[in-house]
Amino acid sequence: MEQLIQQIASGLASGAIYALVALALVMIFTATDHLNFAQGEMAMFSTYICWQLIQWGFPFWPALGFTILFSFLLGVAIERVILRPLHNASVLSIVVVFIGLLAIFHSLAGGIWSHTIKNFPSPFPNVTFAGSGYIGAHQIGMILVSLLMLFALFAFFRFTPLGLAMRAAAQNPVSARLVGVKVDWMLALGWGLAAAVGAVAGAMVAPVVYLEPNMMASILLYGFAGALVGGISNPAGAVFGGFLVGVLENLVAYFGNLTEKTFGIYIVGNGEKLTVALIIVITILTLKPAGLFGRTTVRRV
Amino acid sequence: MAPLLEISGLRAYYGATEALHGLSFSIAQGGITTLLGANGAGKTTTLRAISGLVRREGSIVFDGRPIDKMATEDITRLGVAHVPEGRGTFVGLSVEENLKIASYGRRDKSGVRRDLDLVFTYFPRLKERIAQQAGTLSGGEQQMLAISRALMLGPRLMLLDEPSFGLAPLIVQEIFQIMRRINEEAGVSMLLVEQNAALALNLAENAYVLETGNVVMAGPSAELKNDEGIRKSYLGY
Repeated sequence: MEQLIQQIASGLASGAIYALVALALVMIFTATDHLNFAQGEMAMFSTYICWQLIQWGFPFWPALGFTILFSFLLGVAIERVILRPLHNASVLSIVVVFIGLLAIFHSLAGGIWSHTIKNFPSPFPNVTFAGSGYIGAHQIGMILVSLLMLFALFAFFRFTPLGLAMRAAAQNPVSARLVGVKVDWMLALGWGLAAAVGAVAGAMVAPVVYLEPNMMASILLYGFAGALVGGISNPAGAVFGGFLVGVLENLVAYFGNLTEKTFGIYIVGNGEKLTVALIIVITILTLKPAGLFGRTTVRRV
Repeated sequence: MAPLLEISGLRAYYGATEALHGLSFSIAQGGITTLLGANGAGKTTTLRAISGLVRREGSIVFDGRPIDKMATEDITRLGVAHVPEGRGTFVGLSVEENLKIASYGRRDKSGVRRDLDLVFTYFPRLKERIAQQAGTLSGGEQQMLAISRALMLGPRLMLLDEPSFGLAPLIVQEIFQIMRRINEEAGVSMLLVEQNAALALNLAENAYVLETGNVVMAGPSAELKNDEGIRKSYLGY
């Protein structure tokens, strides 16, 4: 039982990261109908920036603050410079651009900082407290920071004029322009925010998975899965999906180990976490193609 | 008095296809003008060209300022409010948010409050449904919302694209009465595109008839109503 709680808790911790990545994906998807394959590599690159600043002697939180700002500007710049000329391009050319961005950030990080695995410091004190048998301080910190980020974003979109303008631009670009919203800039802003969210996810997960150019590969996959399960068009659903996938993958390992212990038969274990989680995702999508909370859009023609 | 909107030699394009072939017409300050024509005559395209939603050439002068090179967002802020075909509702936003979004560009906060009061006097039903998601409104209510959204921009000119489309006759009557009140009480000039020519000619003082991207007839509505060609082609008697 204790082990089960522990597994769920650490599932929630990694789920928080998947939720952030899923949210970053959804933000760009709702505005442009494109899935940004480079989201993970952009987050990885940001994490390296944060690491570099810490190496130069900055304390963790100021370094992260600067990284968030840098990532935001980088996201805006990518949209304005690279994607802006492609607004009317076919889906395929945009996918190629995303893959290109992915490769560029990957080799750029490898080139600048080398491919060797690096330690990334955790900003949270390594204390023990009641219940610490279940969950580590960094994991709690991960969950808290992610939740804080999620609430800040929801408040921004729900209560600020700019947030409303961004939602309007994503929902109906033509109507948004007709009420004076600068839709092009809203897209760039969306890219900036997504990149900033990715940077937080990267810096939070790096102490766990260690820093290297491939660190975000499987996390992006889980993020995709979370976003799709929750509904790619629904930010709240995507966040829930992220947490769900995180808990699910740990439960798979837990119950796999349990059956092995009880019946002596090995069916699934730690090695099959990703596989089984993705099978569950595919099953959900087969039954509910729009995701658990997604809405199917009906177009009148 | 100088016209509020003066258009000359207007051409518009969808890709390489030219849809308007050098239109010229003007709209008087304070009045309602209507564009009539069959499907595909270029009525919607004319409105879209004025708002900068399609590629266009030629001269469009609004209130003494050329707007033919300006972006849609900036034209909107100058005081040209386009109520688009299909109502353009932000379906996932609440009714309140649909109205709010239009007023963000305005500096005159007292004017915004006055216009919001005006909206609720004209369309009390929107006040009742203020917190509701706009996508759940009926077609008529969405048309009311579209006109209200345009009104919240604080416009001098409204471009209305088929406000009667798909609505029950009683609702249409109600909406057209309000349009007249907006014109008279708020002093908003209007350019109206309508399939329903009888309705449009009753509301507007002046009319232009479009055929395949050209103006083929123009004049006061009262005159056009009695024109035999117009009666046969557009009024059906």
